[in-house]
Amino acid sequence: MPNNSIQVKGLQKSFKKLHVLKGVDFEVDKGNIFALLGSNSAGKTTIVKILTTLLKQDGGTALVNGFDVASKPGNVRQSISLTGQFAAVDEILTGRENLIMIAKLRHIADPHQVANDLLQRFGLTEAADRRVSTYSGGMRRKLDIAMSLIGKPQLIFLDEPTTGLDPEARIEVWKVVKQLANGGTTVFLTTQHLEEAEQLADRIAILHEGRIIASGTLAELKKLFPPAEVKYVEKQPTLEEIFLSIIGKKGEN
Amino acid sequence: METINEHFFSDMGVMLGRSMRHIFRSMDTIITVTLTPIAMMLLFVYVFGGAIRTGTDNYVNYLLPGILLIAIASGISYTAYRLFIDMQRGIFERFHSMPIARSTVLWGHVLTSLVSNAISVVIIILVALIMGFRSSAGILSWLAVAGILALFTLALTWIAAIAGLSAKSVDGAGAFAYPIIFLPFISSAFVPTRSMPPVVRAFAENQPVTSIVETIRALLSGQQAGNGIWVALAWCVGIMLVAYIFAMRAYRHRSA
Repeated sequence: MPNNSIQVKGLQKSFKKLHVLKGVDFEVDKGNIFALLGSNSAGKTTIVKILTTLLKQDGGTALVNGFDVASKPGNVRQSISLTGQFAAVDEILTGRENLIMIAKLRHIADPHQVANDLLQRFGLTEAADRRVSTYSGGMRRKLDIAMSLIGKPQLIFLDEPTTGLDPEARIEVWKVVKQLANGGTTVFLTTQHLEEAEQLADRIAILHEGRIIASGTLAELKKLFPPAEVKYVEKQPTLEEIFLSIIGKKGEN
Repeated sequence: METINEHFFSDMGVMLGRSMRHIFRSMDTIITVTLTPIAMMLLFVYVFGGAIRTGTDNYVNYLLPGILLIAIASGISYTAYRLFIDMQRGIFERFHSMPIARSTVLWGHVLTSLVSNAISVVIIILVALIMGFRSSAGILSWLAVAGILALFTLALTWIAAIAGLSAKSVDGAGAFAYPIIFLPFISSAFVPTRSMPPVVRAFAENQPVTSIVETIRALLSGQQAGNGIWVALAWCVGIMLVAYIFAMRAYRHRSA
């Protein structure tokens, strides 16, 4: 097995006349959290869709866990999980039923046990037997990620996992992502929040106008910019810190 | 294409289970689907019926087949709706990125459509019985009626799949059903075609609803269906095949 989870070379994709990806190259190491940064409509989701076999590229190659996405989509699907941009949960079913459904589709031996464990791990036990339509945005996202963990895939795609979440829920999702990586799962994350990449990612790549214009660790990226100046500034708390301390969930990170 | 087939039936079972929960947790959709045809049946039998000369003494018997087709035509708009919602919510993408036979996702919806329409048909037949519907048909004829209605549902379900897969909005996903709901009115479903002006009559006598309605009517009244049954079957199968091809094309387009 190769040492990297994802290997992308010269990836191209157009939608009619719109040339979205113009030759994208990057690699993601096993067990890393990799953040793909880019503004809206930069093509982040297009890359996720190609890597998760939902979309075919026009040119270039992409290997996921050693399998070519174009010629071996079945093998790719065995080894990944996707948490898309919109929480892919069934609103009419309960949280528990959602988990059991996915566990059955992944042919896990004991779907009920798997559901129980995940509900507990994500603090959803109380809401387990309520319909998902009654869940808050943060609960939905947690359920969504929990559904992606079933079957212990080696690689998890999180497409803008915290978009639309309140700060508390966002911090919870970050915790989950960190736990995942500690457990050895590779995480491919897209985000438009720089802070999110800074908090979570081992490596960061910046997608701009169809190409990766910079990539590396946070430290490496920082070197690309003018050296830090030492200034003495009074540090004011950010509104987020104020908000979180008032509601009593102060800085768990 | 499909490499993972060993779990096809168990995956299918999971999809069907999901859909059945949807049906039974939104019984209001079945009520909505059955209410209009039942109201129409009441209206035609107790208000207009006295003035309609069909040559039979039991107008409920005459009317019922057409009412059933209207119920199915409005039922399948929910099939399109359910498909559209699944595509919107991203649950399709989750299923498609999983190692399951992709076609089970669509077939789950098709089976749901069959089951939910069967429920509405049974409810309407029960109401018709209360209103005086009587049938001298034997088991075989009833089975034939069930078969034709199932084929008709399947044919319309694949049309609904095209709409659900290619619509841009919820309203668009359901709108295709209206012309189909209207078709029985320009057929022999409510009145014999002989009273219609020539052009309308020519249309009415050669469109699918008339042959389907007359076949079901003949079967329910214990008569021989004659050649009409083959015309009815040919319509159902023909529409189903054409719609299936276009629906699969739309499906591949959306999940390429």
